[in-house]
Amino acid sequence: MKRREFLRVGALATGSALITSRLAFARTATPGRRPRFVLAILRGALDGLAAVPPYGDSGYGRLRGEFALRAPGEPKGALPLDGFFGLHPSLGFLGQCYAARELIVFHAVASPYRERSHFDGQDVLENGTALPHASQSGWLNRALAEAPGGRRRDSGVALGQNVPLVMRGPAEVTSWSPSKLAGLDDDTLARITDLYTRDPLLSVRLADALTADRVAAEPGAMAQDAAVAPDMAAAQPGQSQAGQAPAPGGAYAETVRAAAGFLRQEDGPQVAVFDTTGWDTHANEGGAEGQLAGRLAALDKGLATLRGELGPAWRDTAVLLVTEFGRTAAINGTRGTDHGTATMAFLTGGAVAGGRVIADWPGLSSRELYQGRDLTPTLDLRCVLKGVLEEHLGIAPRALEAVVFPQSERSRALGGLMRA
Amino acid sequence: MQQLGSTIAANRFGLGARPGELAAIGGDGRDWLRAQLKGAPPAIAGAQLASSAEVLGEAFALQRQVQQARRSGNDVQQRLPQFLKPIYQNEATARFEQAVTTDRPFIERLTQFWTNHFAVSIDKQFMAGLAGSFEREAIRPRVLGNFGDLLVAAEMHPAMLLYLDNHLSVGPHSSAAIRAGLRRRGGNSPPGINENLGRETLELHSLGVGGGYTQYDVTSFATVITGWSVGGGNGLWASGPPGRFVFRPDQHEPGIKTVLGRKYGGEGYEQGVEVLNDLAQHPSTARHIATKLARHFIADEPPPAAVERLARAFTEYGGDLRSVYRVLIDTPEAWEQPLGKYKTPNDFIVSSYRGLSLPVDASHGPLAPFELLGQRIWQPGSPAGWPDRSADWDGASALLKRVEWADAVGGRLGSRRDAAELAPQLLGANLNGATGTAIARAASAQQALTLLLAAPEFMRR
Repeated sequence: MKRREFLRVGALATGSALITSRLAFARTATPGRRPRFVLAILRGALDGLAAVPPYGDSGYGRLRGEFALRAPGEPKGALPLDGFFGLHPSLGFLGQCYAARELIVFHAVASPYRERSHFDGQDVLENGTALPHASQSGWLNRALAEAPGGRRRDSGVALGQNVPLVMRGPAEVTSWSPSKLAGLDDDTLARITDLYTRDPLLSVRLADALTADRVAAEPGAMAQDAAVAPDMAAAQPGQSQAGQAPAPGGAYAETVRAAAGFLRQEDGPQVAVFDTTGWDTHANEGGAEGQLAGRLAALDKGLATLRGELGPAWRDTAVLLVTEFGRTAAINGTRGTDHGTATMAFLTGGAVAGGRVIADWPGLSSRELYQGRDLTPTLDLRCVLKGVLEEHLGIAPRALEAVVFPQSERSRALGGLMRA
Repeated sequence: MQQLGSTIAANRFGLGARPGELAAIGGDGRDWLRAQLKGAPPAIAGAQLASSAEVLGEAFALQRQVQQARRSGNDVQQRLPQFLKPIYQNEATARFEQAVTTDRPFIERLTQFWTNHFAVSIDKQFMAGLAGSFEREAIRPRVLGNFGDLLVAAEMHPAMLLYLDNHLSVGPHSSAAIRAGLRRRGGNSPPGINENLGRETLELHSLGVGGGYTQYDVTSFATVITGWSVGGGNGLWASGPPGRFVFRPDQHEPGIKTVLGRKYGGEGYEQGVEVLNDLAQHPSTARHIATKLARHFIADEPPPAAVERLARAFTEYGGDLRSVYRVLIDTPEAWEQPLGKYKTPNDFIVSSYRGLSLPVDASHGPLAPFELLGQRIWQPGSPAGWPDRSADWDGASALLKRVEWADAVGGRLGSRRDAAELAPQLLGANLNGATGTAIARAASAQQALTLLLAAPEFMRR
């Protein structure tokens, strides 16, 4: 199928007038409601052709062989999207979101990075420029610093002990992870605070941590299983899980619940970031079942938990899932995929004008593949990011161009991603 | 400024001063560091520490049992993790104890640096049982040797081959691939290259990202090392001595290969060793290693002049690491910014144990602090290893956990340690007057210890 032809058909299929409309300008955020934004970084390069199989492309089955997902309706088939793309069968919750018009699937999308290092790829994904290590701050933090109403304390929270690059920068953000030790007594805390007064880094970090803890401790904020253990014995690593791969379920589920706990509060942070790992499927990736299928199922389950825990706040929430790049279009010699280029991204939530696939599909024939091996990028991820930041968080277009994504004028914000 | 010298030597180059250590170092600290470079690197030995070959041999056998039992319906899935977990705990505890008790902490820091450079992570199958023996077998004996030897030893170690999937990689024109092609039925994908180890060798272990290689070089080097495998595994990998490096000629891609513009005609596994030897001497490798060393020992954004000097030494001395370390010791920038590096959780824990003379008690969950503070030994989660900049470790929640842990340690020790007496012995010239005063005025011995460990100058090195 030709690219342009597909675009037209896709538009008809989804009933949406504008599919890749880079001509549609993003609206400004609706005043009066309080938008929430969750960014999940899937580290390790998620295979976009497995998560969102283009079963309608004749090249797909040839490239994926025994691991090609079947069309919807067939045994172990993909979940239906628009008649050309499907969702991996492990992504049941996201499939429901799509049906409820709360999910936009982007495909053939990539950051400006065109090499194949995870670590540089993640750096570009997070720093918001076109080059690795070009900025010590992240695009989401810079956006928060430009948010309407000026900077407020702790407008964002990173779930984890430390703050990933995407959330580092001028805006004050905090990090939070469950504590397993007893809290400090007020006197000791006061003395440490005093000791840190002349230390610009530690004084801010400690204050932020205490604020996050207070927010987390508010009634109904946190699931109580993250509660405090009374003494060090409780943290002794008899329970250490060394020897087993960390289940994506356990810590991840706790992270997702914590994110929801912060976001559903009216005076809590508006933005939460977390990351997951385990997407680097070089060998034995599997198809409808197997290694990646298990990871995707855990991811999907976590998103369902997030929705459930957010309650009514889901209506005002957008959740964006991104990964640093995709994987080779063909299966490699060890039943996996190696590092590639374009991949997919998901935008879901009650605030999202979903039920659509946005893709300027490049095709999968060998001459259509990037460098003869990867899905060719046709959409700059920054177009998506700008659209979300502008329409959902109300970041001014001028700030997006000048500060958040410098030198990205040619990648214009995608409009109409959010519900009016 | 002599005292500053010993303070920096013990805390930045070493793993944290022990009581009395600063006085013993005396001088400006450089001689103390140079003396540690003499002699063979210290080994860790113990009846409980098995070789990687022993561990893997057993693990493969268990894996076979599990597979057979699965076919007959028994649930024995937990046997393998149950076998590997205590191996990890023993190995990590021994490593922790070595760091806390060693008289050559500079060498130990370098060992940890190199293990992290050639990182394997215990969240992948078998690695919990192999990470410790990988460090003891491939890294530790070579940290004072030549970088080329270290590179070859790391890439050929079964832990690395398994971690980065190289045992699965098959040359597309190898006899194994041709045989498989004849047997192939239906949609089974043909065996072929897995470029994981090839890429990370270039990107992480030698040239560094941006070091002048292309996708062609990655793929080509991956074909060079096809056949680098591990013996005694299951199925295709059954032959050869269990758990040891095996070269499988039938999986090796035949013929001449070109890497970085140079042709390699040798056959067999020597072809890979030749490429590694050339990579070890490449100017990009010198710069990459120099940058990482300077970042670790000087500052997050290392001064270009220092990087330049180290890279030159690396090239000039043909990768002789002792010579590079001597130049590092003599680099003035390393002595100019006291407290220029924020401690990692590992640094923070080890220096606390050293400073407070805490025993590493194998029967009392010695690894709990690493889990709590977010840096489990040998679990960086990716082949890039743990990051080495302040921003990666100075999160708000991470700081609060350190403070809480300091409080728990203080509470456990109480009056059995005297923080006022220890503070100058641990922090030396870095001890701030405000910290001294706060410790002196603390409400209890317990609180004084908490303040010592939580002090800004104890958070850094």
